Amino acid sequence: MIVDLPSTTTADVAKKLVRLREDTGSMALSRVLTLLVVVDESDADAAIETANRASRQHPCRIIVVVAGNKRGTPRLDAQIRLGGDAGASEVVVLRLYGKLADHGRAVVTPLLLADSPIVAWWPTHGPARPSADPIGEMAQRRITDAAQSSQAPRTVLRRLSEGHADGDTDLAWSRITLWRGLLAAALDQPPYEQVTSVTVVAATDSPSGDLLAGWLAVRLKCAVVIARARNRSGIISVRLERASGTIDLVRPLDGNTATLSQPGQPVRTLALPHRTDAECLADELRRLDPDEVYEDALVTGLRKCTVSRQTATEAIRAGRVPSVAEAERTATRLRKAARASASSQMVEAMPMPGKADDAVAVRQAAAKQLAEVKERRS
Amino acid sequence: MSPARVAAGANPLRDSRDKRLPRIAGPCSMVLFGVTGDLARKKLMPAIYDLANRGLLPPGFSLVGFARRDWADQDFGKIVYESVRERARTPFREEVWRTLSEGVRFVPGSFDDDASFDLLAQVVAELDEQRGTGGNHAFYLSIPPSAFATVCQQLERSGLSTHQQGSWRRVVIEKPFGHDLTSARELNAIVEGVFPPDSVFRIDHYLGKETVQNLLALRFANQMFEPVWNANYVDHVQITMAEDIGIGGRAGYYDGIGAARDVIQNHLLQLMALTAMEEPVSFDAQGLRAEKEKVLSAVRLPADLAAGTARGQYAAGWQGGEEVGGYLDEDGVASGSRTETYAAVRLDVDTRRWAGVPFYLRTGKRLGKRVTEIAVMFKKAPHLPFTHTATEELGQNAIVIRVQPDEGVTLRFGAKVPGAQMEVRDVTMDFGYGRAFTESSPEAYERLILDMLLGEPPLFPRHEEVELSWQILDPIEKFWEKKGKAPEQYAAGGWGPKSADEMMRRDGREWRLP
Repeated sequence: MIVDLPSTTTADVAKKLVRLREDTGSMALSRVLTLLVVVDESDADAAIETANRASRQHPCRIIVVVAGNKRGTPRLDAQIRLGGDAGASEVVVLRLYGKLADHGRAVVTPLLLADSPIVAWWPTHGPARPSADPIGEMAQRRITDAAQSSQAPRTVLRRLSEGHADGDTDLAWSRITLWRGLLAAALDQPPYEQVTSVTVVAATDSPSGDLLAGWLAVRLKCAVVIARARNRSGIISVRLERASGTIDLVRPLDGNTATLSQPGQPVRTLALPHRTDAECLADELRRLDPDEVYEDALVTGLRKCTVSRQTATEAIRAGRVPSVAEAERTATRLRKAARASASSQMVEAMPMPGKADDAVAVRQAAAKQLAEVKERRS
Repeated sequence: MSPARVAAGANPLRDSRDKRLPRIAGPCSMVLFGVTGDLARKKLMPAIYDLANRGLLPPGFSLVGFARRDWADQDFGKIVYESVRERARTPFREEVWRTLSEGVRFVPGSFDDDASFDLLAQVVAELDEQRGTGGNHAFYLSIPPSAFATVCQQLERSGLSTHQQGSWRRVVIEKPFGHDLTSARELNAIVEGVFPPDSVFRIDHYLGKETVQNLLALRFANQMFEPVWNANYVDHVQITMAEDIGIGGRAGYYDGIGAARDVIQNHLLQLMALTAMEEPVSFDAQGLRAEKEKVLSAVRLPADLAAGTARGQYAAGWQGGEEVGGYLDEDGVASGSRTETYAAVRLDVDTRRWAGVPFYLRTGKRLGKRVTEIAVMFKKAPHLPFTHTATEELGQNAIVIRVQPDEGVTLRFGAKVPGAQMEVRDVTMDFGYGRAFTESSPEAYERLILDMLLGEPPLFPRHEEVELSWQILDPIEKFWEKKGKAPEQYAAGGWGPKSADEMMRRDGREWRLP
């Protein structure tokens, strides 16, 4: 259900929300937080869609503040979305015109949920100091996205680190959670050796790569070098140097399958999909306490990393970072070697295997396979 | 600047403040026995895909199926695929499927065939070489307990149960853990004769449910519930697990076992232990188990078992809008079977906290609806400054923990009915898990399989708990057997036999309508 309230006041919006809730039963109960989305008109729809999907995990009231034309008479246009049009939440879109456009905070205040945390999210062009922003100031958690900015990511991150306050976080940080998990899991296993140096290969326009490098620098207390790859390629590889050899985690371009190689162990493939914004946002909403680990990576870690003069291609040629082409070849080879591996289309087309459980046939099959595997392995 | 220290258990990339960082299991594989069974198809294989999709399985994770079928790896891949497409909770992703399917293997074999276990040993060793599973293998025995002995002996004979330095072998077993104390001990002797006790993971899938873990949060993370969680305020506790279905095609398993052994011994006694236990010193396995064992060992049976227990068997009737047959008409049930499909018992917990507070446990098949809940019923207020007519409709206050379906918590208390008169009536306040948190919380099996691969035992009952719960149930089973009476028939679609209602009435109480 979408209800439009043109040229309205916040009091009317609040009244209408209560009325709609009464009419439709208990649908607006159990809201756990208020999500304030501050966005431009051009990005508003995409942001609402993302917030809706994230809200399936965290039912919330989503208030979208869209600053319109600042000239002309002050006016507030509101739109309420409920039910099927709003995922698991209720969405209030507020469009602010004229002088009102600078007073988003005053407009959202009466619409905040009672006694619930407030989260502010800037899908694009976040403020330099989120905690000093009028809307950011009243939020417990402030989510920016360093990858969505007109400035260079490196500049954005530096600004964010200078203005950092507890509760600030960035979607570029949540995008690398799986990478971090895999690297941490790799160090959980023997041999337990110190990591002496790290090289991260990431695109120039990928703030995630810088944050990953920063995090590794803080935690591992060793030299961390970033080699730049071409734009839009995201994070490509991480190499951890240890006495016994290197741990290489490589995700080929545009791929969602990565390879992990360690000395003395076979290369392993793993699914490492690019995380959607909705997933990352849902992750951010899960925890509302300050993220100290992010702070360390951003404020302390970034300064410790050095950017290599070599580009990624040069570094690969020099053997300083893992080769992407080789990782791709290995992944393909492993896939071919695994007999059961097949695309969903191929499996779909296969007939269901028979249900016959003839003991003699099974015995023969086992004996035959045993002979085969023994020969293969000898 | 010297690099950060790395050692076993000291990983510089892990930080207790870093709550985002997922715990990914170390390199390993899982060998699944009984892949053709319902549990494997409906729960286990989808749970493994969901774990993979959430990025929680290690790179190179492999799934080995073992069954009496003449299949190749691809055929088993097809079985896994179909079950994933049909049942997985998370969306299907091609790359996750491709990666998972690379690790799918199948071993055709029967439990008494040495060659098939030798083949399994070879397959597993090959996985270590090809996919780097690191010698870490879990054996999930989704098979009838009668086959445990053979399979365990085979695992030992083929060397699969012995691990190298720095790697592990674990075994997962499902209920029933025996059918009485003696058989439970025998079963345990078989399994623990091959695997050390801390490598045996007993699955009670109720303990993997979010709501059950939430019970601990509700009790021990809040200030407002624990002060009234004792005999001063609580009148009694009702724990219900009702199913609307009959035994279906499970007569072979169910007949002769019955509701009490099937459900009360494990699920209901575990729920009761969590409801009644004292605050554990920590939430690790040792702390939790110590408290649960204390409660179970303090359980006292009613002196008169005839008055304190009830049993029934469903008769034909109307279940919802459908006419259904009685238990004795089911395929495969022995004629004149005395197996109960409904059981209710009153238990007392002899501790200071619970002195005089009975715990009523009931379970049954073909009841009114499918529901599992724990209801803590409070005493009436000692004094009501209202006229009798004003509070006529006021019942007992209650906290109800709804385990399934519609997971959540309900508080019931009195409120004034709007109007000129003073009239107080029961109202409820609802917390719906699905409404306040994730739309789809992880399946119990996801959590349990991951915990097992990580080697974290808190959610798995220990053998001592199993023994204690049989000690509680054995006298009741013996009494029922000795009495030799057929269980009372009850109409399908209702709330059980009359004797169960009478059992409550004798105590001046009645069953809640769940």
